[in-house]
Amino acid sequence: MYTEEMLESIKLVEAAREANAAMEPRRMTAEEKEQVLKENHPDYREDQFDVLSVGPNKGEKAPKELVKLLQSDSRLKDNLPDLSCPDYETDVLIIGGGGAGASAAIEADEAGQKVMMVTKLRIGDANTMMAEGGIQAADKPNDSPAQHFLDAYGGGHFAADKELVYKLVTEAPDCIQWLNKLGVEFDKDKDGNMITTHGGGTSRKRMHAAKDYSGAEIMRTLRDEVLNRQIPVIDFTSAIELILDDKGHCAGAVLQNMETGEILIAKAKVVVIATGGAGRMHYQGFPTSNHYGATADGLVLAYRVGAPLREQYTLQYHPTGAAFPEQIFGALVTEKVRSLGAKLVNVKGEVFMNPLETRDVTAATVIRECRRGNQVNTPGGQGVWLDTPMIDLKNGEGTIEKRIPAMLRMFGKYGIDIRKQPIIIYPTLHYQNGGVKVGTDSQTCVENLFVAGEAAGGVHGENRLMGNSLLDVIVFGRNAGKYAAAKAKDVVVGKLTLDHVAKFEKELEEAGITPDTVSPMLLPDYTRKVND
Amino acid sequence: MEQMVNVFIMGKQYKVPASLTIMKAFEYAGYKLIRGCGCRNGFCGACATVYRIKGDRELKVCLACSTQVEEGMCLTQLPFYPLIKEIYNIEEVKPTEQVMMQLYPEIYACIGCNSCTNSCTQELNVMQYIAYAQRGEYEKCAEESFDCVMCGCCSTRCPAGISHPQVAMLARRLNGKYIAPACGHLADRVEEIASGKCEAAIRANMALSDAEIREMYNNREIEK
Repeated sequence: MYTEEMLESIKLVEAAREANAAMEPRRMTAEEKEQVLKENHPDYREDQFDVLSVGPNKGEKAPKELVKLLQSDSRLKDNLPDLSCPDYETDVLIIGGGGAGASAAIEADEAGQKVMMVTKLRIGDANTMMAEGGIQAADKPNDSPAQHFLDAYGGGHFAADKELVYKLVTEAPDCIQWLNKLGVEFDKDKDGNMITTHGGGTSRKRMHAAKDYSGAEIMRTLRDEVLNRQIPVIDFTSAIELILDDKGHCAGAVLQNMETGEILIAKAKVVVIATGGAGRMHYQGFPTSNHYGATADGLVLAYRVGAPLREQYTLQYHPTGAAFPEQIFGALVTEKVRSLGAKLVNVKGEVFMNPLETRDVTAATVIRECRRGNQVNTPGGQGVWLDTPMIDLKNGEGTIEKRIPAMLRMFGKYGIDIRKQPIIIYPTLHYQNGGVKVGTDSQTCVENLFVAGEAAGGVHGENRLMGNSLLDVIVFGRNAGKYAAAKAKDVVVGKLTLDHVAKFEKELEEAGITPDTVSPMLLPDYTRKVND
Repeated sequence: MEQMVNVFIMGKQYKVPASLTIMKAFEYAGYKLIRGCGCRNGFCGACATVYRIKGDRELKVCLACSTQVEEGMCLTQLPFYPLIKEIYNIEEVKPTEQVMMQLYPEIYACIGCNSCTNSCTQELNVMQYIAYAQRGEYEKCAEESFDCVMCGCCSTRCPAGISHPQVAMLARRLNGKYIAPACGHLADRVEEIASGKCEAAIRANMALSDAEIREMYNNREIEK
């Protein structure tokens, strides 16, 4: 599978493996991290950002692709539907079928409210399903929520909302227990102790996992529970615009059947946006580890009704995306590979950094190593080695098979045995650090509009740690479900309106913007233009 | 010039680059996928695909997102398959043999043909995990089925009409909740947090000035 040039380099990696595996590369100082980020991280490339001209974040910067999306025409621009006879009426409308949406649905159902989920693909077609490495919780005796707070808040460059981080870390153990009681399996020893490892930027080993199918195990269990509760799930149906009532409160959504195009109206007392991230926007041309529907829809919906975003200028590039072979270009290679002891090695066989720095620092340092000329060349680009055979060398034979079977399978399909040969990685677009601004009740500044999971901002500041996203979707999915259900009890919905659509269009016009696109995007366009 | 191969999408011929996955070959041919496409990386089971290579008798299955095209591949997707998913209350079921008999009695009609195993896109030993489920050995069933992405290919080939992924799902939940040992340190920490024992330390961290918390973060001790 590997080219001659790669095989030559592998010889150097192999020769140095034993020494490389034994060494403990030093951690960077705060100053060194700042410098490598400034010089190499994609977030610092000024020419890749534009300033928003309309909406609640007017005057602030965001990635060019996101600015274009937020300043696009509504899909309903010249064709507003009749709202007088809703097709669906519910207490809690949840938009999105991933981990946050399912958790919210379960809690809102538990609170006795009438719940409905809509999702543009199927329930479980979400980034939660693809999370491999694990979920953090400070539940070991040498650890504490205070320590978890320090790691998360510091790892996010002190930009997060402290109260949201507080909630994330103090509710983490309860969420692990909640999942375990739903039947989610975790890697445990024979006495029931959790087998935990480090993630990049953690100061304690608090990464809980279910092999390297952690997210899949959580997601399929939550999905099963939603189905057991017989919560209606309207699949292959996207939300294309929120509906307000005459008091300006959120009161439902305009939906569209993804296959037939039929427009449907859902009226609700409260709405929870749990639409996830934006990897399929391919910011700065990066490949992505995200699922097919990660197109920032929730940000667009919320922005149009006046809910501000925060930290929308920062994205997470996962340091270890697959760079070779091209069939899996950009696919996630879980951080757990490094947690288990594999190090990052350049073309000469040299370890060039501690592999467990935070993701932004690691990604930037990988990019720097390539810029320094120490890259491994691939037919489509470049990368550095992730020396996977170190894992079995350090932990004993069989560790890879037992702890990271998905990685073994993913590369095995293309003839690469990661137990015997290292793999080539390069950063891939992975996570939206920011999102819609919410309070500790998960509500936005628009009354009765809640946002949870990757679509919400403030939990991770400017960089998220491994294992804090699965945690985020469970903690804040449940949180949004509980608060939304409680709120729904006292809501009387007024007259439904889509006046905000025309208002937004007018704002665009006044700013001199004539969009040539509509949003939300719903799905990326990968179809080859066969007539061009 | 890129090497091209001929594939037959639902019988219709297209010439596509040999390096593509089946999923990307669909898109290269001009399809816009809605169904049959999810995570695009082998975890969600949305893109179950059945194919034969022209001239070969064997019927093969795979995930379109993680399988490279081959010359003469004649394929169709299975974007949906009507599996049976029984409703139960996880708090009320118990990990006994009876629960499978009640919810999925068809597993006892297994004739041992092994078609399920032969059609697993994850190369799992499906018939073996069904055997474990029949015997109420849920821990083994959970372990054997763990990498299942619930694409449903196994069930399309089963003469007994078994919905294998749903049987395995139930077994894993029973194992996770009732059979695997409970975690003592987790229960302790949940209790400590509920009784307010962790409150002072975290609030103290939150009250630090920006300079103080940076100092603390940059000098924190990292567990070896």
